[in-house]
Amino acid sequence: MSQATIDSRLISDRSAPRRPLRLSWSDPRFRAIVWQVVILGGVAAIVWYLIDNTSRNLASRHIATGFGFLGRTAGIPIGESLISYNPALDTYGRALVIGVLNTLKVSVIGVVLATILGTLIGIGRLSKNWLMARLTAFYVETIRDLPLLLQLLFWYTILQGLPAPRNALSIGGVVYLSNRGLKLPTLNWESAHDATLLALLAGAVGTWWWNRRARLRQEATGERPAVWPVALALLVALPAGIWAILGAPFQWDIPALRGFNFQGGTNISPEYFALLLGLVIYTAGYTAEIVRSGIQAVAHGQWEAAGALGLKRGHILRHIVLPQALRVIIPPMTSQYLNLTKNSSLAVAIGYQDLVSIANTTLNQTGQAIEGIAVIMAVYLTISLSISLFMNWYNARIALVER
Amino acid sequence: MRRFLRAAALIVFAGLVGAPVIHAQGSGSTTLDATIKRGQLLCGVAGTTPGFSLPDSQGVMQGLDADGCRLVAAAVLGDANKVKFVPTTTQNRFTALQSGEIDLLVRGTTWTLAREGNLGLMFAWVIYYDGTGFLVKKATGVKSAKELDGATVCVAPGSTTELAVADYFRLNNMKFTPILIQDITEIRGAFLSGRCDAYSTDASALATFRFSQGPKADELLLLPDIISKEPLGPVVRKGDDKWFDVVRWAFAASITAEEKGITAANVDSFMESKDPDVRRLLGAESDMGKALGLDNKFAYNIVRQLGPIGEMWDKSITPMGVPRGINNIWTKGGLQYAPPLR
Repeated sequence: MSQATIDSRLISDRSAPRRPLRLSWSDPRFRAIVWQVVILGGVAAIVWYLIDNTSRNLASRHIATGFGFLGRTAGIPIGESLISYNPALDTYGRALVIGVLNTLKVSVIGVVLATILGTLIGIGRLSKNWLMARLTAFYVETIRDLPLLLQLLFWYTILQGLPAPRNALSIGGVVYLSNRGLKLPTLNWESAHDATLLALLAGAVGTWWWNRRARLRQEATGERPAVWPVALALLVALPAGIWAILGAPFQWDIPALRGFNFQGGTNISPEYFALLLGLVIYTAGYTAEIVRSGIQAVAHGQWEAAGALGLKRGHILRHIVLPQALRVIIPPMTSQYLNLTKNSSLAVAIGYQDLVSIANTTLNQTGQAIEGIAVIMAVYLTISLSISLFMNWYNARIALVER
Repeated sequence: MRRFLRAAALIVFAGLVGAPVIHAQGSGSTTLDATIKRGQLLCGVAGTTPGFSLPDSQGVMQGLDADGCRLVAAAVLGDANKVKFVPTTTQNRFTALQSGEIDLLVRGTTWTLAREGNLGLMFAWVIYYDGTGFLVKKATGVKSAKELDGATVCVAPGSTTELAVADYFRLNNMKFTPILIQDITEIRGAFLSGRCDAYSTDASALATFRFSQGPKADELLLLPDIISKEPLGPVVRKGDDKWFDVVRWAFAASITAEEKGITAANVDSFMESKDPDVRRLLGAESDMGKALGLDNKFAYNIVRQLGPIGEMWDKSITPMGVPRGINNIWTKGGLQYAPPLR
């Protein structure tokens, strides 16, 4: 029952007359305040005792404290990083930022892929096709029953079985797959590409605006102006034109085997891929069940009623069934997103350098375990709260507004 | 994850249990008292390194590190078998020692300034003068570490190796891709499967790992380059000086015994020796043991049960095909030199 059910003016009329606070145990308000002060004081005292005692014990054991180590030169090697890193110059602070970015890299992509795969499998389990329904059921039951760590080690071992760089599997001589990872060619980035990208962005905004205008026009007059010619012009012709005017630069950096490994292009490491694969496949087992339960929660009568109104099947799904299913799906889905993010800390087992891996190395080299753990906790808390906030906002947006 | 929990547990431990431990430290050495009262030495080892600490087919921990634990147990408790071996990883070993989970850490741990300065640890002795090396597959054709430019190198995280390798490649203006895996079985698997071109850790561990491969050992090559100094030794907590003394002099006694030619087999015949050094060592005269809070026969107990350090070496390291070299005693051209027991 939501707040909107009762008129707030009525509540104030009905509430009991205010009595002055008496300093007596028989006054429930006084009792409530006393208990709150006692509990709050107790918690504060415990926290103070823990902090004070810990710092005294650390000092007596000659263990260094403080966050000064964040500014010291790290010297630790890092295998893959989204930003530049030189162990000779960069600090532990930057190393930890790389760890955070690596964690985000696997979590964000993992969440997206797990949602897509989970949705497909969840729908597949409801399929009338016997084989499809059985296969997806088998997937869910197997994947959910095996520990994630085991699955990660399994995928990592499989990827290690790929051929050495010298015998790499090649796709058209530009993409190479070996036990060093998947080597992909990259575009040599030039300023013309920046401009093209900007034009594409502007085109997208323009298309959105035109589409909105078309919708308003349709609502007002019943006539819908064509959207596709404008979209084509703004999204394809405009960026292509700007790219052509700026000289149409188009140079690939193609990986080539030199020495021990491929040089050039970009690399998806087996560690990253094994972690992503493991997390996505494992989490999809759970999201599939959430999606299935969400769709099944919508009564079949809804389909029939909407059909009776003459709506098309696609419209029924989009405007009637899905909004109701999402309300069931979103809250447990949030938990799965949080789980996936936190499970990414298992990366240490297979050598992907996520936040926990780098923070652990840092706390080992500096010896400052408490600070290191505090950093890990703060980062996970921030990421998890951000996911929760976003999902709660989204949930509130799609929630059934009761009157 | 387990390491994470352990470190988290340390926080709670330091906060909750720390206070009584500190208060009890008035009675000389808490660690020594606790070990004697318990009748067992809690000793942290790797438990995964052939030649240093690895359980044999009977489940008995074997190797130089394991015998280092036994040596201290023999000195303190009179019985080399009164040791409980606690397996530790490179990352949780210091936490285990700092929090009091173990009395002593003998885990191929390198003596460095930062570890004594920042971690609240003290290195009591050097059991093994080691250095960082590289192991490669012969098939790669690499003959020297200088040829490793662009290579992928498997390293254990949280170790001095990690820093030494980064320094070496930086110094020689070469590039490398590190693969950092904590679990030793996993990292060795990654090297053997070809995920890494080279596996780097202490040369001693590389030699014993190569040996443990049996017939396939010939496919692996230990590069001649030793890129760092890695003195490995037993570690104790700071703040318990008497315990530090006990550990240090237990090892010194073992080396003195080798200098004097005493072995496990002939130690009884030395009890009648006229040499004052030998008499002091074996407890026939003076109160050397009492000064440490031990039995005067502590050195006798060590040598009788384990032999001098040379015998421990011959039992664990020689079969791995590693020459003793600089790890010999000083009279035979090595670095092992014990201060006088007097």
